[in-house]
Amino acid sequence: MFRARPEARPATIPVLVEGAEILVPDGTSAAAALLLAGLPAIRETPVTGSPRLPLCQMGVCFDCLATIDGVPNRQACMVPVAPGMRIERQHGAREPAA
Amino acid sequence: MTARRSDAIVIGGGLVGAAIALGLRDAGLDTVLLDEGDLAHRASRGNFGLVWVQSKGLGAPWYQRWTRGSAGEWPSLAADLAQRTGLDLALQQPGGVHLCLSEAEFEDRAEKMARMQAEAGNHGFDYRMIRAPELREMLPGLGPSVVGASFTPYDGHASPLALLQALHRAFVGKGGAYVPEAKVTEAAAAPHDFRVETPAGAFAAPRIVLAAGLGNADLAPRFGLSTPVRPQRGQILVTERARPVLPMPTTTVRQTGEGTIMLGDSMEEVGFDTRQSPPVMAEIARRAALSFPWIGDLAIVRAWSALRVMAPDGLPIYDQSDRFPGAFTANCHSGVTLAGAHARLLAPMIAAGALDPMLDPFTARRFDVPRAA
Repeated sequence: MFRARPEARPATIPVLVEGAEILVPDGTSAAAALLLAGLPAIRETPVTGSPRLPLCQMGVCFDCLATIDGVPNRQACMVPVAPGMRIERQHGAREPAA
Repeated sequence: MTARRSDAIVIGGGLVGAAIALGLRDAGLDTVLLDEGDLAHRASRGNFGLVWVQSKGLGAPWYQRWTRGSAGEWPSLAADLAQRTGLDLALQQPGGVHLCLSEAEFEDRAEKMARMQAEAGNHGFDYRMIRAPELREMLPGLGPSVVGASFTPYDGHASPLALLQALHRAFVGKGGAYVPEAKVTEAAAAPHDFRVETPAGAFAAPRIVLAAGLGNADLAPRFGLSTPVRPQRGQILVTERARPVLPMPTTTVRQTGEGTIMLGDSMEEVGFDTRQSPPVMAEIARRAALSFPWIGDLAIVRAWSALRVMAPDGLPIYDQSDRFPGAFTANCHSGVTLAGAHARLLAPMIAAGALDPMLDPFTARRFDVPRAA
């Protein structure tokens, strides 16, 4: 559904999206990496379980919440990728460490 | 200008005014609810959302009884509002705890609770002082700094925003007239004959209820009443949503129906200043993390401050004007907790034209004379 623009920089940074490695350009957000990986949803909402994809891509809508490097509920659009970053879907509300 | 005539006018569309207006409408009165605009202080939109009994009324058992009565009305109020509006108020009344973070706090709390029980007399006041080992079985992830807690079975919590919306919807659904942007600019009072002017028109009725929160301080003298209320600032922090983990609310920490965790209960005397202050926010967060260390891992996603409506002694004020019978005033800082009493107990008294003697101790005349030695 989502493709990188043809003039985009070369995909050189390896990240793990739901455990599968893909290469994305340097400076890509974790949300964009997830879109490039072709996942059908980045999270399910805590209240109704409705599936969501990143929307605003600028830190406002909170629809791109994901678990990044083990930390839940991060705004994936605000996190630039780093080599080896683990990006996982957020399933409902996070588990508190109680 | 011709005034719209009705059976009753309620000034103030917050939790107190909306609960009373709904109760008056349910009693069959043609009722007009006058609300201010978005520049109002809107304490009802900054509320923490406890339906809280255990801390109310030390040295004033009539306040404890009124609060208990309201908590007792809450289940049927919530069910009735849900049935009429489809809104879930997220009411839970599993009991609640006040956590003590030192031995001194625990002993102080135990002494207060024992006095509350003694003052309650035959009315009764169930409570337990619970030590940390047993408390850890009740509350997951309790921090090592917690030495114990007081518990009463009467406490609970609900969504204050859902309550406000439900009261408004039920009131309008029953045929009540809600008028926004209607700050009272002029008022004329005579016994059982009141008229007010607002930017949204003029209104007249034989009954009028002042429920304008901090605005009551200026409104009351025009109706032969006195409500010496002042603002007291409270700040609240809200975490990201987490799976349900807290089975009951505490005085300062509660998990909402949606999963966010609210942290609060600060008190500052700073006039009408509604800014937030980092030192107070840090102290709220510090106590929360001492109580439940896992809260420290959760992100704070929202924070705000709001102004409580406080009488000099912290208790509600309810009065009918001696000079202009038919004019009533209702003031409190517990619009959520007391919503049940306001809609189900107070409004029928106002509709009938007289406050029950059980409310006599709440008159503002208590501030006129020095307390007897």
